[in-house]
Amino acid sequence: MSAPTFPAGASTETQPAAGLPPTLAANPRLARWLGFSADGVVTIHSGKVEYGQGVWTALAQVAAEELGVSLSRVVVAPVITSDSPDEGITSGSRSVEESGASLRQACAQARSLMLGVAAVTLGTTAERLVVEDGQLTGPDGTAVTYWSVLAAHPGLLERDAGEPVPEKAMGSWSVAGRSAARLDLPDKVSGRPRFIHDLRLPGMLYGRIVRPPAPAARLAGLADPCLPPGVILVRDGSFLGVLAGADREAVQSAALVAKAARWEVSETLPDCDDLASFLRNAPAETVVVGEHRDERAAASAATTLAAEFTRPYIAHASMAPSCALARWDSGSLMIWSHSQGPFALRDAIAAGLGLDPAQVVVQHAEGAGAYGHNGADDVALDAALLARAVPGRPVRVLWAREDEMAWAPYGSAMLARLEAGLDAAGTIVSWRQDVWSGGYIGRPGTGGQPRLLALSHIEGGQPIPAALDGPPTGAIGSTRNAVPGYDIPDLLITRHRLLTMPIRTSSQRSLGAFLNVFAIESFMDELAAAAGRDPVDFRLAHLRDPRARRVIEQAAGLADWGARPRSESIGYGIGFARYKGVAGYCAAVAEVEAEYDIRVRRLWLAVDVGRVINPDGVINQVEGGAIQSASWALKERVRFDRTAITSVNWDTYPILRFSEVPQVQVRIVASPERESGAGEVAQGPVAGAIGNAVAAAVGVRVRDLPLTAEQVGRAIEAG
Amino acid sequence: MEEHHLRVNGATHSVTCDPGTPLLDVLRADLQLAGPRFGCGMGLCGACFVIVDGHARSSCDLPVWAAQQSEITTVDGLAATGALHAVQQAFLDSQAAQCGYCTSGMIMSTVALLAENPAPSEQQVRNALEGNLCRCGTHQRIVAAVLAAARRLAAEAAR
Ligand code: FES
Ligand code: FES
Repeated sequence: MSAPTFPAGASTETQPAAGLPPTLAANPRLARWLGFSADGVVTIHSGKVEYGQGVWTALAQVAAEELGVSLSRVVVAPVITSDSPDEGITSGSRSVEESGASLRQACAQARSLMLGVAAVTLGTTAERLVVEDGQLTGPDGTAVTYWSVLAAHPGLLERDAGEPVPEKAMGSWSVAGRSAARLDLPDKVSGRPRFIHDLRLPGMLYGRIVRPPAPAARLAGLADPCLPPGVILVRDGSFLGVLAGADREAVQSAALVAKAARWEVSETLPDCDDLASFLRNAPAETVVVGEHRDERAAASAATTLAAEFTRPYIAHASMAPSCALARWDSGSLMIWSHSQGPFALRDAIAAGLGLDPAQVVVQHAEGAGAYGHNGADDVALDAALLARAVPGRPVRVLWAREDEMAWAPYGSAMLARLEAGLDAAGTIVSWRQDVWSGGYIGRPGTGGQPRLLALSHIEGGQPIPAALDGPPTGAIGSTRNAVPGYDIPDLLITRHRLLTMPIRTSSQRSLGAFLNVFAIESFMDELAAAAGRDPVDFRLAHLRDPRARRVIEQAAGLADWGARPRSESIGYGIGFARYKGVAGYCAAVAEVEAEYDIRVRRLWLAVDVGRVINPDGVINQVEGGAIQSASWALKERVRFDRTAITSVNWDTYPILRFSEVPQVQVRIVASPERESGAGEVAQGPVAGAIGNAVAAAVGVRVRDLPLTAEQVGRAIEAG
Repeated sequence: MEEHHLRVNGATHSVTCDPGTPLLDVLRADLQLAGPRFGCGMGLCGACFVIVDGHARSSCDLPVWAAQQSEITTVDGLAATGALHAVQQAFLDSQAAQCGYCTSGMIMSTVALLAENPAPSEQQVRNALEGNLCRCGTHQRIVAAVLAAARRLAAEAAR
């Protein structure tokens, strides 16, 4: 198979109106965003996908608000690449900001068009119409509805968005800005079919994949697996899969194939217990991602501190193994996938299989929670490869739990070396931060490469190229949040991205911010101690931004910082960051008990994420982010030997359980600023707060994640 | 291949399959119940929990032959009368889910707990849910939902 190339995006023919939100400008046709069906329903089409973060509900609220219809009338259509607006990847906490802005403007334009028509029908002016739940009433009491207007003018929304029209002011919101129950939960508490795993198509076959036993392995031979009659074996190079009439038969057949396969395996993995050496010594590309110099200030340093912080590889470990369906019909390929980027997946599959993207359609279906680039895209190609053997028949592939843990990309291990100078008054005058990491940008399409797992296994396939880190703006990839948000006159931040990838890495919730903020916030406490200052006061002394100060003050207030009785083995710590340096603000306080084990008992968080569409949705996201961050910080670590991943199920990759989960209290700090997303704001600050609370509880600084009793013991020994 | 008789959600079903087939697979594939979810296949995550003779347990590692004499309830069978079960309603009221993939299992563990201990303490709730993992970090809301369900059931019983 020749090296796949990646198609360029389609060019736009006419210029969109100036001032439109970017994804509306790129997909200007109004009918692409919303439609009205005869039964009084409004269907909205977004390019963003739901994966448990509640984005559908928030977007439905935006549309209901702007149109003036009740929320119960709004239905969100699943993304399908042949129809939905292309809004790129659903990631980076940008969905409400991007898709919300486009939908809001599309709805505002649709509303104004429909009001214009209604005014003529009712013999009045648009300004004099009263809109209530989709009914437009004139001064004389006569009325039409959006639905009746569109029945009479069916082509009304078949036009491109024009000049931006005014949107409803936040002060007059009645649906947006208020907590709304999630639209998807009734199905989920009832156990109704809702997930891609529940999708059954007529004539469907069940596929399973037999993965190699290690990241670097080659199929050296395959004996006759003696499969039951009717079971189909698909082999392409080192890619092996089976197809059967039932999943249980596919599972048994896959086990037979696994037994019959002989693999050549190479030792390519680093030493799991010395990742710092691996990171420091692997070939890397070094770039400066943040710099402003003030040599006079730097020269005023009276004390200089330095420290190194590390994190291991962390797995997404979604509750459900990845799943996809595919069907080939005379040269065209239909895919059902829970990918976070259906459009990029379409293009990557087309490139990988040598098809025109126009031959491939990807329809989104919900999966379990996703926290970055997991196996969703890879399993879609697996399904396509198996489906190719049975044209016309739908094929469903489900990964084994063990493959989900071992083959989905990880968040990369990282090393951060920090050095800072304090002047005689205890003010930070200089800061150096060097970050060593595998790349965090490795989704399908990155760098023009499809980057789908099976493409590295099929005949002639090449290993997936090392993940990238994006342009050196400081906010992207492994150096996300590597530039401290504090006022520091002399600053130099450097990224060392690994050029080899023995262990596959890609994006994971908050990217490098989890380690960078953990390191920065730990180091801030070390500097505060050196300066003889309280950690909260020390941070405030280096922050002028009022929104930053407010979240710190509020989190400290919630936790009763300073007034809490200190005792043996209980410690409190604070952590803060503005996500990406430009998005939501979050401060967290942790209470840690370190008796026999390290326990986080409570977390208090204050967040400012700009305008909020669904307050309860934001709190849910922040609580979840905080608990997941606590789990990463306290327990999580992918283990491996020199050939293979050994963390392959929940017993070998433990996460936080009910008895270990802290109580979390979240306060939203009200703000009229632009929406900025809540899904990732908590990851870094919570880790920083926990690290500082552990240090306060045990009296030594633990700089290597996860913060287990074992690591504490090691830090005590070293210190 | 053998014929097995199962009591699920109050009805008797007969299925022909290998006796070692996991109950979960029979529930999902033969009985077409979407409620019990596959998560790990090894009894480690709770996504597939059902109630077997009053106890919540994994169905992914229970061979179908061993389930034959038992009364089995799945989340699909809780709202048999049409109205949501008090526990389901409490999960909805507390918005106790993010992706919701763990929800079926959480609800089944809760129903079994409350049948045995109608007024659990928060610690008892956490202990009862120890075998159920949630990757989205919805634990706090789930605990709140369980306590709310207990109160709701107590109020219903008092009426
Ligand atoms: S799927 Fe049964 S416990 Fe995980
Ligand atoms: S809500 Fe997603 S796993 Fe629990």
